[in-house]
Amino acid sequence: MSHAAAVSGSPGSFAPTRAVAARATDLSKVYGQGETRVVALDSVSVEFGKARFTAIMGPSGSGKSTLMHCMAGLDSISTGSARIGDVELGSLNDKQLTRLRRDKIGFIFQAFNLLPTLSALENITLPMDIAGRKPDKGWLNAVIETVGLSGRLTHRPAQLSGGQQQRVAVARALAAQPEIIFADEPTGNLDSRSGAEVLGFLRESVRAMDQTVVMVTHDPVAAGYADRVVFLADGRIVEELYEPTADAVLDRMRLFEAKGRTS
Amino acid sequence: MLRTALRNLLAHKARLMMTALAVLLGVAFVAGTLIFSDTVGEAVKNASAKNLKDVAVSVQATSAPDAPVPERGDKRATALDDKLADRIRALPGVQAVRTDVTGSATLADTDNQPIGNGWQNLATNYQPGKDGKDSRYPLVSGRGPAADDEIALAETTAKAAGVGIGDTIRFATDGPVLKKRLVGIVASDDPQVTAGGSLALFDTATAQKLYLHPGQFDELIVTATPGTDQQALTAKVRALLPKKRAEATSGSELAAQQSKMIAEQNSALNNTLLTFAGIALFVGVFIIANTFTMLISQRSREIALLRAVGASRRQVVRSVLAEAGLLGLISSVVGFALGTGIAVGLRAVLDANGAGFPDGPLIISPNAVLSALGVGVVVTVLAAWLPSRKAAKIAPVEALSSVEAPPAQRSLVVRNIIGSVITGLGVAVMLWVSTLRSGDDVPIAMLGSMLTLIGVIILAPLLSRPLVSLAGLVTIRLFGIGGKLAKENALRNPRRTAATGSALMIGLTLITGMTVVGHSAQLGMDKMAASGLTADYQIKTSTFVGLDPRLSKKVAQVPGVEAVAPLRGTGFTTKGGFGYIRGTDLSQIDKVTHLTFRQGSLDAVRAGGIAVSQTVAKQHGWRAGDTVNVGFDDKKQTRLKVAAVYADNEVLGESFADVSLVDPHLTQIKNEELLVKAAGGGSPALVKDIRRALGDSPLLKIQNRDELRKETAGQIDTIVNMVYGLLAMAVIIAVVGVVNTLAMSVFERTREIGMLRAIGLARSGIKQMVRLESVVISLFGAVLGMGVGIFLAWAGGKMVGSSFPTYEMVLPWGRLGLFLLIALVVGVLAALWPARRAARLNMLEAIGAQ
Repeated sequence: MSHAAAVSGSPGSFAPTRAVAARATDLSKVYGQGETRVVALDSVSVEFGKARFTAIMGPSGSGKSTLMHCMAGLDSISTGSARIGDVELGSLNDKQLTRLRRDKIGFIFQAFNLLPTLSALENITLPMDIAGRKPDKGWLNAVIETVGLSGRLTHRPAQLSGGQQQRVAVARALAAQPEIIFADEPTGNLDSRSGAEVLGFLRESVRAMDQTVVMVTHDPVAAGYADRVVFLADGRIVEELYEPTADAVLDRMRLFEAKGRTS
Repeated sequence: MLRTALRNLLAHKARLMMTALAVLLGVAFVAGTLIFSDTVGEAVKNASAKNLKDVAVSVQATSAPDAPVPERGDKRATALDDKLADRIRALPGVQAVRTDVTGSATLADTDNQPIGNGWQNLATNYQPGKDGKDSRYPLVSGRGPAADDEIALAETTAKAAGVGIGDTIRFATDGPVLKKRLVGIVASDDPQVTAGGSLALFDTATAQKLYLHPGQFDELIVTATPGTDQQALTAKVRALLPKKRAEATSGSELAAQQSKMIAEQNSALNNTLLTFAGIALFVGVFIIANTFTMLISQRSREIALLRAVGASRRQVVRSVLAEAGLLGLISSVVGFALGTGIAVGLRAVLDANGAGFPDGPLIISPNAVLSALGVGVVVTVLAAWLPSRKAAKIAPVEALSSVEAPPAQRSLVVRNIIGSVITGLGVAVMLWVSTLRSGDDVPIAMLGSMLTLIGVIILAPLLSRPLVSLAGLVTIRLFGIGGKLAKENALRNPRRTAATGSALMIGLTLITGMTVVGHSAQLGMDKMAASGLTADYQIKTSTFVGLDPRLSKKVAQVPGVEAVAPLRGTGFTTKGGFGYIRGTDLSQIDKVTHLTFRQGSLDAVRAGGIAVSQTVAKQHGWRAGDTVNVGFDDKKQTRLKVAAVYADNEVLGESFADVSLVDPHLTQIKNEELLVKAAGGGSPALVKDIRRALGDSPLLKIQNRDELRKETAGQIDTIVNMVYGLLAMAVIIAVVGVVNTLAMSVFERTREIGMLRAIGLARSGIKQMVRLESVVISLFGAVLGMGVGIFLAWAGGKMVGSSFPTYEMVLPWGRLGLFLLIALVVGVLAALWPARRAARLNMLEAIGAQ
């Protein structure tokens, strides 16, 4: 524990030096009642800095996906507060949450989740089409250029490889210029080369485009691309790591596992 | 995961239930029809058997070929008289002989309106026995009629007329109003009377005076002493009859004839109902096949696993067919129960509308049970056959593949080729039909229509692409991305979209075709009526007894009447066919109808001879000036001069001549109708005056041109309304089909829907997307069906039009628009439940769903 504190400090104690894109304060999520009651998130407080690439890690059942779902307005929160920018998610109804996701949040899923009937370009502009907005042509071209899809815009997802499909998903998240992008295991279904490409794009979007990215992953290599790693266990934040390397993340994970075994 | 599985199962159950509904409806119609016709047939048979219980032999007068031509205004003459009756009475084994006079008497109610429906206003003679009473018509009150000025009525008739004993009854047989005093009310269970008809009784002499010659009868009914052989007695009676003027029929034969007649009467209704059933089942086939295809593709992993552990192809096919058979059986049983309800309900409804079926138990014959259940099971299994073949083709290795690959779309090439060939054949037949002249080729037209329809059904997946894309242009413009997604979804599985749309297409093809032909025929008839008739009124009797010729003079004398032309006619035979000639007043006829002569002139006809229509002249190769051999119905051969040829005329029909030429060949001189031209087009007051001049007879039907037109319209409307009954059923089944498909689509696209919700499509947007897909599929089916319907109506109509010169195809745009609107509503309604389901999907589970 002392070793960890020396590297990163205790959770929540660091005052952020940058502007905050999203913030959870004493956020709890409880499923079920009585005997079947499960506390997925236990009073979590965390901030996601603007133009930062944050990875959320933790073993299965640690609550990392739940945290993302709650922060992204995909799931309701039990107690506490979750904010995107100035907006308190708990106060929004379903319609307002939908609008918030549409206008302020980008998503990248593990299983690509593209519409097979639409071309790559149509998939990319889908959130803006839903909102009835015209995409910013220059930005759109820049995004497409960045993810390297220029030659494949008219292809249907079935005609693309897994890596290409996920690049379409990345472009879809970036194209609408959301305030924050949530990525749920974006490399889970990809081989390591394609995964590295996708992570490179996310990294690049944060660096060059000032995009905010929050990524849930259990892959230390993927976490190594982030500016900061937040570790969850049993619904609590147990550790943070800044400017991590894959090895450092792996070390930290081994430590948790050992702790899990001894306790 | 358990929750998803459970939901899966529930989704299956709902889908199977909807599939079952299609089978159920078809079976219900089959069962309902069979039970209804068995029940009513049995009841009517029992009733008529009861009526015929005591009849051993019936002797009926036949028209005599060598009988003297009756003089003007004469009654019918028969060879049955008291002398004959007495000779029959003397035969051994004869217990009694009833001597019946039958005719028709239309009674006026207190408002001078006729009672009963015109067809069944019976009149007969009251025949008191030794006790002074007629056992056939038991008295309810009063006594039997015994004098010239007395009448008795059936209980139901008296009630309908609102009269009681001692009242004066106004009625008419074939001419002026007669008045008699009501002296008795009798009971009658004759179905003709109870079914909205009426019955009047006179004493025998009065009845003979009204309908026949004194001492003559229409029918002698012989009752036998117990133990007498009916056939032998019939033979003995027959031996007594004058040759060719009377016929003896045994009671059992009569009963057989009656039940055959009843069966024929019911067959039209039965055929209609069975058509409904046929269409329900035909459409049902698509829905069943669609469901099984979807179920199998959903279960392909499971089936592959079965194959991997050693199940043979045949076992897979058998398991699918067994499932279909079970589904068919269950829905057939439920359908049969519903059908029993339909039979009971139909009888009640028809009874309430005055059909007057006799009472009887509900008959459920083993035949009805077996046919209804058999049809349901066989149709379901047949429909599942193709999908089961597909199931058998699933390779065992598919069980091992970890990735849920969307099933590859099988190529449509073979299907398109077959579809093109059949459609081409159908269209070719219909094009050929459109050049045919006569109406005898209806079976060919039906064949062509069937081929075209089936061909287009096979081609529907190919046609779905351009048509749905076209619809997509509209939905994208109106609804943006939701419209685009809906269009793309509808295009995703052309076979499924096509099968779903086909259900609606079949119904709309039939309905559009019949509506277009009906509408066009209606306009054609209006045109014909308008072009032929220049008279302002047509006078007819509500019964077919005809009008006494003396009445035409009375009408002519009414102030305000300009011209009166009588029409009466007879059939004739000539080399190469039959014909009908009408006799009229040649000095008046050109005032009541518009005549155009192609050859000769009216004056030439006046000088003697006959005028024939253009069609008839062409058919027989006759020209003005020819002399032709004609055999009239009274079997007299005559040589007639063709004096003129006129353009086809609805009023005069095939041919006409002066009454003096036609009358000698008539058995009764009665006018079929009088055509009246009134000064200034007539008025309601004039109608009243004419009625009064004719003695205010309840028989008279005086109609102006508008009413005449409405009368013919009524007939076509009845057919068209029946067609709308069809529409209703097709729509119900189509809704089921669309719901089915959408439910499946929503299920398959769970993950996409979850993703769309996550990236910001609101629940209402999801609903709209599903709804639009539904509307697009419905409209696709509707447009295809209407297109085929219009084509078939065009081709078939051309054939009809060849014998109907004013026929011209006119599209009833209002109705067609209504059909499209209905398809739109079908789409919206069918989407209600699937759209709700889609919108309520749990987003997080949906995204993760496999």
